[in-house]
Amino acid sequence: MAIESCFDQQRCKPGLFWALLGLGGLVVLGMLYAFFTLEHHGHVLTGMDNQIVWGLPHVFAVFLIVAASGVLNVASIGSVFGKKVYKARAPLSGMLALAMLAGGLAVLVLDLGRPDRLIVAMTYYNFKSIFAWNMIFYNGFFAIVGLYLLTLMDRKLQGYSRAVGLVAFLWRLALTTATGSIFGFLVARAGYNSAMMAPMFIIMSFAYGLAVFLVVQSAMYKWNGLKLDEAILARMKNLLGVFIAASLYFTVVFHLTNLYFAKAWEFERFILLEGGSYTVLFWGGQIVIGGLLPLALLYSPGARQSVGTVMAAALLVIIGGLAQMYVTIVGGQAFPLDLFPGHAESSSFYDGVVHGYSPTVYEFLLGFGGIGIAFVLTVAAVRAFRFLPQDDFKALEAEKA
Amino acid sequence: MARLAHWLRLAVLLGVTAMFAFPSQEAAAGVNLPKLERGKGDACVEDTETMRRHHMNMLKHQRDKTMRQGIRTTKHSLKGCVECHAGSHTGSVASAREDFCMACHVYAGVKLDCWNCHATRPADKAPTRVGATPRGETSPILASTLNGASQ
Amino acid sequence: MSEPVKQDVHTDPQRREFLKTGALVTGAAVAPGALLYGVAHSRPPEQPASADVRWGMLIDTSKCGDGCSDCVTACNEENGLSGKTGPQDVQYIRKLDIKDLRTGRVHSLPMLCQHCEHPPCVDVCPTGASMRRADGIVRVDQHICIGCRYCMMACPYKARSFQHEPVTNQKPDVPRGMGCVESCTLCAHRVDRDQEPACVEACNANGHRAMLFGDLKDPDSDLARALKAQPSIEVRADLGLNTGVRYQGI
Repeated sequence: MAIESCFDQQRCKPGLFWALLGLGGLVVLGMLYAFFTLEHHGHVLTGMDNQIVWGLPHVFAVFLIVAASGVLNVASIGSVFGKKVYKARAPLSGMLALAMLAGGLAVLVLDLGRPDRLIVAMTYYNFKSIFAWNMIFYNGFFAIVGLYLLTLMDRKLQGYSRAVGLVAFLWRLALTTATGSIFGFLVARAGYNSAMMAPMFIIMSFAYGLAVFLVVQSAMYKWNGLKLDEAILARMKNLLGVFIAASLYFTVVFHLTNLYFAKAWEFERFILLEGGSYTVLFWGGQIVIGGLLPLALLYSPGARQSVGTVMAAALLVIIGGLAQMYVTIVGGQAFPLDLFPGHAESSSFYDGVVHGYSPTVYEFLLGFGGIGIAFVLTVAAVRAFRFLPQDDFKALEAEKA
Repeated sequence: MARLAHWLRLAVLLGVTAMFAFPSQEAAAGVNLPKLERGKGDACVEDTETMRRHHMNMLKHQRDKTMRQGIRTTKHSLKGCVECHAGSHTGSVASAREDFCMACHVYAGVKLDCWNCHATRPADKAPTRVGATPRGETSPILASTLNGASQ
Repeated sequence: MSEPVKQDVHTDPQRREFLKTGALVTGAAVAPGALLYGVAHSRPPEQPASADVRWGMLIDTSKCGDGCSDCVTACNEENGLSGKTGPQDVQYIRKLDIKDLRTGRVHSLPMLCQHCEHPPCVDVCPTGASMRRADGIVRVDQHICIGCRYCMMACPYKARSFQHEPVTNQKPDVPRGMGCVESCTLCAHRVDRDQEPACVEACNANGHRAMLFGDLKDPDSDLARALKAQPSIEVRADLGLNTGVRYQGI
């Protein structure tokens, strides 16, 4: 198979491989340091408190989990919908999904108040809890996508890849629905309680996942001194454009329903106009950096031929995605609960005031550690196995014609 | 066949090693058995052998009944243990390594999770202790984690 | 998760005898009115909390003293809380001052866990640590709480706190520790021995009598009669949680 100069990852640039692994390892080490420190001293060292109970670690964790389910889409388009271009990318997509889910879950677990009781979380289930269902979906995701990867990479099992791919696709839809519902089912809070949360998370996962995939794919091609076929690049860039536009559309509808149905005007005024950093992050981060700017880049003349432009757009989508998670998760809590509508409220427990949040270094270490884990797993997997997309150009031509 | 015998021998060797490795550092080092202070009253709620083997099961059973159903019988309650077994020096079951719970648990190298949350002293007597170690001087968590290695 | 508990109420003749004589002696000695409450609800320690009872509370904001925080102090003392009010400190009960934005009318009231019939915190808890006892008391089983804080996200009343630091000086009756979520237990340990919650006791002791504790399901209880006689509200009644704590005077 080794036609190209550096097709087999195991034989090229070993120095770079170890350097990348070392870099990722350092970040993971930082995460472990934060974890052990917090386990000993408690969350008192973080910026999280009884008002902002979920902070920066959760922003990273939920982003990674949502993007993990989204990145699997590339495989689904190939296996389930039979597109050859995507089928060649299915193994990479499945592996990335596993790596990112592992990273995201690690952050969630290491941020628990009692991480030593993980076994309790795995043995006591409250089936009324959407959170418990999420745990089931996460564990199942590992099993199903793992199996899916086997069917993709083992010749003898290839016949099953379509069926298992379909299960994986349905499973990931359920998973993202459940993740969005973690927030959507919070009836008491103006910023959450919305049926729009689940579908919005799904459509956002499409965009974030594809963006991550494009970044990784571009880096791998660069690493191997290869050039991505222009037609493939154009296809994937257009798909990303559609996903970004859809995410923007869902964001608009989400805020409109809040204004119109749920009567959460006060919350909307907070996020859209008067929320300080949250307002800035919403408009500047989620809308402009994560939506309008990448759209402009993707549809600019010349983007068809420019890997750099597409990669920049994908990176912007990722940054915008993190901003979106921050606005959703932290912004949703910063807005105070309204116990007595129509009344001004004050107490020793910070009722009626907008809650401030300033994360400490530990939260950053935990959050980046999640990315570090996904990164290390990806680097190692890419080196150990053949994940580089192997395009069959003749088949592509046939499909086009 | 010879190959099998070879593996069997290896397995036995490993098993025997494991048996030696199993006791905690203290037990393995031949440190004297822990000396426990006698609790108040004539006898414990069950005989000594039962208590040694099963106290954790009783506590867990009682814990769920008390917590979830509000059953507050005292026979197997942790509070009951503390009331009888608080040490005469520290007034606690777990603030020094001589205290009742710690003596055995340090010896056996079994970490305790009770005292992160539960009071190690009986009610009311806390403020009027004479010559006792102030509460919190030796963290029970620390004591159980260290396994006495530092002492 | 928990097996049914055998009830051996009648297997202890000594205890029965003691109860009988005890009831006779006290009945003769103490004024009947003072004993009413205790007799109505006494539950032997080996009997589980029953669904025939639902503990609840009525808080009359017109009697609640502006600036008085005796209930908060009593709660802190009873449960071994530090009483600090930083953003990371634990509070079970707080004095909430509200002002009607249209009329300008102000109220001061204690806000605590509302002990809902359909508690969102219990629904969302992944492990079942957040639980509701048969007699309506909502609390956290800190033995299986993993500290995920989802219940704090779900509670409409902001009634829960996360323990951010190691705890020392716990009360024997109120075990609590770092890394778990905790909240008002309606003083379950006191209720189980036929006492009122500490906050209610303190409010009565200082003469305000703004907090009335009792059994919502017993039509003859003072609480049930007061609720029948006067209008009262649930906080965030729109959520349909059927709270055990109700307010009047707002």
